[in-house]
Amino acid sequence: MLRKILPHPFLTLTLIVVWQMLVNKLTLGNLLLGTVLALIIPVITSPYWPNRPHLRSWPRIVEYVLVALWDICVANVQVAFVILFKTNANTRPAWISIPLDLRTPEAITVLAGTITMTPGTISSDVSADGRSLLVHCLDAPDPDAVRDQIKARYERRLKEIFE
Amino acid sequence: MLVEILISVSLVISGIFGLVGSFGMIKLPDPMMRLHAPTKATTLGVGGALIASMLYFYFVVGQLSFHELMITLFLFLTAPITGHFIAKTHLHLNHKPSDLPPTGTERPWASYESDAERQRIEAAAEAGDTPR
Repeated sequence: MLRKILPHPFLTLTLIVVWQMLVNKLTLGNLLLGTVLALIIPVITSPYWPNRPHLRSWPRIVEYVLVALWDICVANVQVAFVILFKTNANTRPAWISIPLDLRTPEAITVLAGTITMTPGTISSDVSADGRSLLVHCLDAPDPDAVRDQIKARYERRLKEIFE
Repeated sequence: MLVEILISVSLVISGIFGLVGSFGMIKLPDPMMRLHAPTKATTLGVGGALIASMLYFYFVVGQLSFHELMITLFLFLTAPITGHFIAKTHLHLNHKPSDLPPTGTERPWASYESDAERQRIEAAAEAGDTPR
């Protein structure tokens, strides 16, 4: 019964917060309208998203977000150096294939998104069975090191969060 | 005073990374490499401007503004998807499967598997013939 009214409790919570941010003013009316929307939208959209992603631990999610943000800042500076100071002949772009240990679609999506948002790497494709990820690197003299770093830093953490 | 310095620093950082990102679009030689330039502009470039805006509204104007977090959230949701679209289109138009590293599984990269092949494999999996 509760599952019918609240198919995605975290989505409901997120929508309430998002609504407050959209109107940019905390009043009782906004909170009420946001709550009503946040209750209706997950129910209407639940046929498209029947299963709940299983989230293991909140501290790990916070840790993951902080690690990703920090890496984005570092990688920004690295890529700026590549663009400004490396000649095109010296830049080594590479395609790398990352075998995935993750099986949850949500986890793979988050991993692909993180890889793209980190400057210097872009996730371009998955294999048809969803078991490996195709990543393009702007400058990777050692493609294996990039693969190992992505697996160790992001995939391991996501595995702890989702699976 | 300190706040003004912080705001200026954020704005300058945002400007520099926006500029370097745009410069990368001109300088880098091929489309896949050029795709890397805008990811910089959307992360630290926009991020700096948003931090400056939040600081300004909180400390100078005196009202809490959290619109900016919303923009960050939407950017982090949409930027990877558009990047993925452009990369996939580029793969379809300009690359052959032989240019790419092997998937390491029996099936090819999703861009290169024909619909007929996919339907055949999925039908077989549904019938329980192949273990998934």
